[in-house]
Amino acid sequence: MIDKKLYDMPKETDMAWCPGCGNFPIVNIVKMALAELDIMPQNVVICSGIGQAAKTPHYLRVNYFNGLHGRALPPATAIKLANPELTVIAESGDGDTYGEGGNHFMHTIRRNPDITNIVHNNMVYGLTKGQASPTSEKGMQTPVQVGGVVMEPFNPLTTALSLGATFVARVFAGDIMQSKEIIKAAIQHKGYALVDVFQPCVVFNKQNTYQWFKQNTYYLDEAHDKADKLKAITLALETQSMPLGILYQETGRPSYETLVRTNTTPLYQQEVNQQVLKELIESHR
Amino acid sequence: MKRFSGDISIVLGGAAGQGVQTVEALLVQVLKREGYHVFAIKEYMSRIRGGSNSTEIRVTNTRRSAYVRRIDLLLAMDKDVLPHLEHRITKDTIVLGEREKVCTVTKCPVVNIPFTQFANELGNPLYTSTVAVGVTLGMLGADSKVFEDYLREHFARKGEDVVAKNIEAAQKGYTFGKHIAYDAGLEVYIKRSATVKDELLLDGMEAVGLGTLASGCNYISSYPMSPGTGLLTFLATHAEKFKVVVDQAEDEIAAINQGLGAWYAGARAVVTTSGGGFALMTEGISLSGMIETPIVVHIGQRPGPATGLPTRTEQADLNLVLYAGHGEFPRAIFAPGTLEEAYLVMQQAFHIADAYQIPVFVLTDQYFIDAVTSVAASALQKRPIERHIVETKSDYQRYVLTKSGISPRGIPGYGEGLVGVDSDEHDEAAHITESATMRLAMHEKRLGKLQAITAGALMPTEIGDVAHADIVVVTWGSNYGVVEEALELVGREDMAALHFHQVYPLPEKAKKFLSKKKIVVMENNATGQFANLLKLEYGVAISENILKYDGDPFSVEEVVAKLKACV
Ligand SMILES: Cc1ncc(C[n+]2csc(CCOP(=O)(O)OP(=O)(O)O)c2C)c(N)n1
Repeated sequence: MIDKKLYDMPKETDMAWCPGCGNFPIVNIVKMALAELDIMPQNVVICSGIGQAAKTPHYLRVNYFNGLHGRALPPATAIKLANPELTVIAESGDGDTYGEGGNHFMHTIRRNPDITNIVHNNMVYGLTKGQASPTSEKGMQTPVQVGGVVMEPFNPLTTALSLGATFVARVFAGDIMQSKEIIKAAIQHKGYALVDVFQPCVVFNKQNTYQWFKQNTYYLDEAHDKADKLKAITLALETQSMPLGILYQETGRPSYETLVRTNTTPLYQQEVNQQVLKELIESHR
Repeated sequence: MKRFSGDISIVLGGAAGQGVQTVEALLVQVLKREGYHVFAIKEYMSRIRGGSNSTEIRVTNTRRSAYVRRIDLLLAMDKDVLPHLEHRITKDTIVLGEREKVCTVTKCPVVNIPFTQFANELGNPLYTSTVAVGVTLGMLGADSKVFEDYLREHFARKGEDVVAKNIEAAQKGYTFGKHIAYDAGLEVYIKRSATVKDELLLDGMEAVGLGTLASGCNYISSYPMSPGTGLLTFLATHAEKFKVVVDQAEDEIAAINQGLGAWYAGARAVVTTSGGGFALMTEGISLSGMIETPIVVHIGQRPGPATGLPTRTEQADLNLVLYAGHGEFPRAIFAPGTLEEAYLVMQQAFHIADAYQIPVFVLTDQYFIDAVTSVAASALQKRPIERHIVETKSDYQRYVLTKSGISPRGIPGYGEGLVGVDSDEHDEAAHITESATMRLAMHEKRLGKLQAITAGALMPTEIGDVAHADIVVVTWGSNYGVVEEALELVGREDMAALHFHQVYPLPEKAKKFLSKKKIVVMENNATGQFANLLKLEYGVAISENILKYDGDPFSVEEVVAKLKACV
């Protein structure tokens, strides 16, 4: 285990998060998980989109690609393909991942690259000041949804399961110790791992608070069979009291980069085979 | 009697799935092997079966790469061909085909070729294509032996019987072709060149593809869209040998963002699309500008707006590419006019993208992509691959401010440092900033790179004596061949041409070519996009625009007429 301090920012950073924000414990959890897994910051890349959650890579020492709103997954997939030796995490908000980036969410799951997708799910658009997100509860009033949200909330877990995700988990930002273990398992999973994190937004979501998440969730027990997909889907459909933990894990499915590539050499080390090029050109005679 | 000296245009017409493409491929290969200069271009409908498509094959004394409207020999496969090509058929056109299959009216001037009878004799309609090639070669008076050798090679894998049957089919066609040429009093005189048979036969997309591989490209993520898809297919075909990672993206937004992720991690990536797909990528182009991560985008243009004419040609996406992406950042745009230029500019695109950490575009179009001709292997120039990646030290900062504006580019996992990139305005360490001072420094650093890019811009190609001409015809991209040929045919001493294969930024040194000249700008669009760019960049006045936007490429005949009329 390496020292978690290696992940701390060298100097005091100007935080863009509100005091009490559920994002703080998540950064802490990610740092702890990486340190406990003995992964050096140099070998980690965090890809994020835009939003409050997507600012995460600015608050820990790692390589990062803080790209466009909704577009954390395509670069994450590409980075893993370009250099399979790196530990790649895509980390963003629920609006970013499930809304703007919905198409990438679907198809990245189908590809199954060996990346971890951590979604800070606060059920609201934080950075843009409180509009509904795809996971907002019906009836929630916002400056845009003045009469309350009328759309059915997006269920990331059932969606991921139905698309063949090989690792599907949900954690709560308010429980550092248990969440850390689950995120460690997600990082170690060989393939696409979704971790939907219940994250209280203390400013724009007065409905889904720390208290609310505590009251409306429970942990799956030891007896839960993680290989049982139908059971996982049934659990993921629960909305009254929602399960936390690893709902589903499938081992043995080859990850995308091992299917698309025949070696693991980072592409930056690859040279053009001039002989093969010459032969190809000659073949057009 | 009909005589063709030095230049004949053969057109094959039929529905999709009727073997027009097989005949074209065979004919072009065999003619090239015989030492003829060949040029082939197809036009087709956006449908998988049926419709009416055609391919023009020109056989010429000298190297030509331009479309002619004229049809000398027309080989028609079905009843739709004559109506479809009516506007190009004249009394001088010799129409060949199976009468019952081709004619709808009794007065139909078709030289009958009994394909059905040949098929019955050979026992399989599959050999019809070979018969057709044989007939054409017979009419041209080509060497039948070269064709037979080619068939032997080509069908060797399929066994003796298939080879023998094909040769029989070729001979039947050849003999028949000789007869009808004799009956029609047809005489064809076309010189063979000693060198053409050793040349490479390529279409524009293959030249782009080979140039891409020569650039050290090892990553492509793209979403299919005609006519850009060819590069994705080309790289997929050769992926195993060249170790190229190939990903079919879920949409163009994914493609461009993957491309940027790949470059960030040290790959050399390309993205291919057409105008519509590119429109979806524009936010990603702006991201490339901001995070100073290279990207190379190939755009095969087709007529717009919207879905437009999916299988036809146009050069109307210059403005889109020039202004794509919000905010301000430098870029470079290339547009090859010949196969050798395609090979070269693709490598140049990767070089410029990598060296300056900017988005670079290569604009082709359906016409350029589909046109086939031969080129000497020695004309394909190899540019050495320079790598602009640094090994990071522990105190590495991605956006360190430098005089040149270029911050050494580290990649994750190579060195002791950490590499961050950020789409927000950022400081040297790649962290979000709202400091106005830092904003100015970073913005000026990024924009400042344009100066060096401009200084290294590729000079246009002079066609004729530009210095002594009064009128300079300026063109870009796929129009190289047609301008070259038309200029020669017009033979005006007061006229020369300038062809740009780098269309942005324009080389400052090329401005001298245009001073005190009458400038005529020729391009395949309706609004004169390149003419406007010349005005903007060089401050020159344009005296005339030659424009075309019906979905077809410029023909030699129409350019000749336009150039003759220029005053
Ligand atoms: C293309 C684009 N559209 C819209 C925005 C504005 N925008 C930034 S973040 C965001 C939503 C953020 O919500 P979420 O992803 O849930 O993250 P949070 O701020 O709640 O952590 C929006 C709409 C943008 N930056 N880019």
